[in-house]
Amino acid sequence: MFDIAIKALPARPGVGYKPQHFKDILENPTPVKWLEIHAENYMGDGGRPLAQLRHLTERFAFSVHGVGLSIGGEDPLDEGHLARLKHLCDWLQPASFSEHLAWSGHDGMFLNDLLPLPYTAETITRVADHIDRVQEVLGRRMLLENPSSYLAFAGAEMPEVEFLREVARRTGCGLLLDVNNVFVSATNLNFDAAGYLSDFPTDLVGEVHLGGHAVDVDDHGAPLLIDSHGTEVVDPVWQLYAGLIAQTGPLATLIEWDNDVPDWSVLAAEAARAARILDLAA
Amino acid sequence: MSISTKTFVVAGALAAALAAQVAPASAQEGKEKCFGVALAGKNDCAAGPGTTCAGSSKVDYQGNAWSLVPAGTCATMELPEGRMGSLEALDRDMAG
Amino acid sequence: MRQDAFTKALLDPTLAVPEGLVDAQGRPAGRRFSVYRNNVANSLTEGLEQGFPVIRKLVGDEYFKALAGNFLRAHPPTSKLMMFYGAEMPAFLADFPPLAHLPYLADVARLELALRESYHATDATPIEVEVLSNLAPEAFISARFKLAPALRVVVSRYPVWSIWQANSVVGVPAPVMRPEAAIVIRPGYDPVAHLLPEGGAAFVGALQAGQSIGAAVDLAGEGFDLSAILGLLIGGGALIELNEET
Repeated sequence: MFDIAIKALPARPGVGYKPQHFKDILENPTPVKWLEIHAENYMGDGGRPLAQLRHLTERFAFSVHGVGLSIGGEDPLDEGHLARLKHLCDWLQPASFSEHLAWSGHDGMFLNDLLPLPYTAETITRVADHIDRVQEVLGRRMLLENPSSYLAFAGAEMPEVEFLREVARRTGCGLLLDVNNVFVSATNLNFDAAGYLSDFPTDLVGEVHLGGHAVDVDDHGAPLLIDSHGTEVVDPVWQLYAGLIAQTGPLATLIEWDNDVPDWSVLAAEAARAARILDLAA
Repeated sequence: MSISTKTFVVAGALAAALAAQVAPASAQEGKEKCFGVALAGKNDCAAGPGTTCAGSSKVDYQGNAWSLVPAGTCATMELPEGRMGSLEALDRDMAG
Repeated sequence: MRQDAFTKALLDPTLAVPEGLVDAQGRPAGRRFSVYRNNVANSLTEGLEQGFPVIRKLVGDEYFKALAGNFLRAHPPTSKLMMFYGAEMPAFLADFPPLAHLPYLADVARLELALRESYHATDATPIEVEVLSNLAPEAFISARFKLAPALRVVVSRYPVWSIWQANSVVGVPAPVMRPEAAIVIRPGYDPVAHLLPEGGAAFVGALQAGQSIGAAVDLAGEGFDLSAILGLLIGGGALIELNEET
């Protein structure tokens, strides 16, 4: 249906690109083979952000990761925003484009957060319609990412994996599997993370995300993990990841770090840890 | 100003401005010039800290800024005529 | 549960958590919903803190946070581009009664927005200095210049540039009360704000409107330092196209 393969990114470590690492990445990229950017940060008309990308594309493959499309929104898709996204993808020619299973705005407002969806037949239809439109406009396949969940919906009709599988079946989209999100959701909603991963349609996975989370508690004193991307990946998430890669073979793997961004060496060390796990499965 | 005087003055100003340039400005920057931190404002997909900061506080929502007093440099910046915090009076003088 | 109810409760913590949101045992979500409330308020507040560092310094961190809480509920983003969030801030500050005694804040916010816009503006190649050097005086006087997309001018009844400067750079003189105009130019990729000499705003405005150098000089008035403003424009790479009269 689309000429972009699901597994178009190199099956090696990548990192979420931060402008402060521009020089370090060029001087010492090891072991990072590709970079991911948040689409919305590169929708300006010019200046340094785009100039940096021009240089980096000479050395790295790119993944464009959207955070503003509101794929699960009850509002119609923002066609103006979609056009900006197309403009960026046409120019940058990234190996992959991905977005979230979430909504982020309503009634013309943008809330700048990834908000949760009830897993129902009605939601599948809405999400699938929006993905169809995105893929039609971009002329390429997209990957859809599993969210971090902090609460559940009383009216849910199916588990998340079943929901994602059905959306992928209807639209032909691939999936982005965020292992930290699985761990966060499993802890918060009391399900088995390893079981989730063994049910997951891994043949559709074009990219894996790994990131750190923060720890809080709910009203009853139960752990409430928050997807803060502000620390190292925790050991239980590395173990889930290693188990996944042992099953699937090497997959493009991103280290995400968005808050309290550390020195390049810290990020590179996280990527090196992923590289060792990928090497074992190669 | 006569036409010729104006030509003389304007041409002199351009020559002086050109002579004062240390290096020609250019947007055709080398790689090293791409270095520099983003100015402000960014989208990302991370969550904020926890459950107990500004977003869930009823006090904040009800308008903390109505009862607090600004306590930054606006309170201390001295002007010869007085504090920057009391520009209102100066503004009136200017208008008058 | 529709997204309308969810959105209203997100922005207004005095509202109850919407029906149908639960934990794994089916109990009401409670503070689990606060995660989303905080993400929204916190991420927008951070965006404003990064976008208006001088306003933040002027009113103080604690006050700015409170102010951001008021602002983000009055003006939630309508665009997905956080880099431009806060365009309504000058008008908001101008109309916010508790800050009426600091009437210069709105103009400082305009200058901060201008710097952000400049940072993301379209690239442009400046006219070579050699080309300007080779212009005959008469040709220069009648020439019309196109200015760089990254150029902005902020005119104020207050010392907008001096206040901005005193809160951005260490060891500069304290502002004195006077009207000021600031120009933002972007040599390469880093926008810089400069104080415009007297008449400078009128001069640049005339060039932007497509007037010739000669006409712009006339509009700038007596005592106008043409050499200083030309130095700023040339040094800032702001003259990008030359149309000579034929």
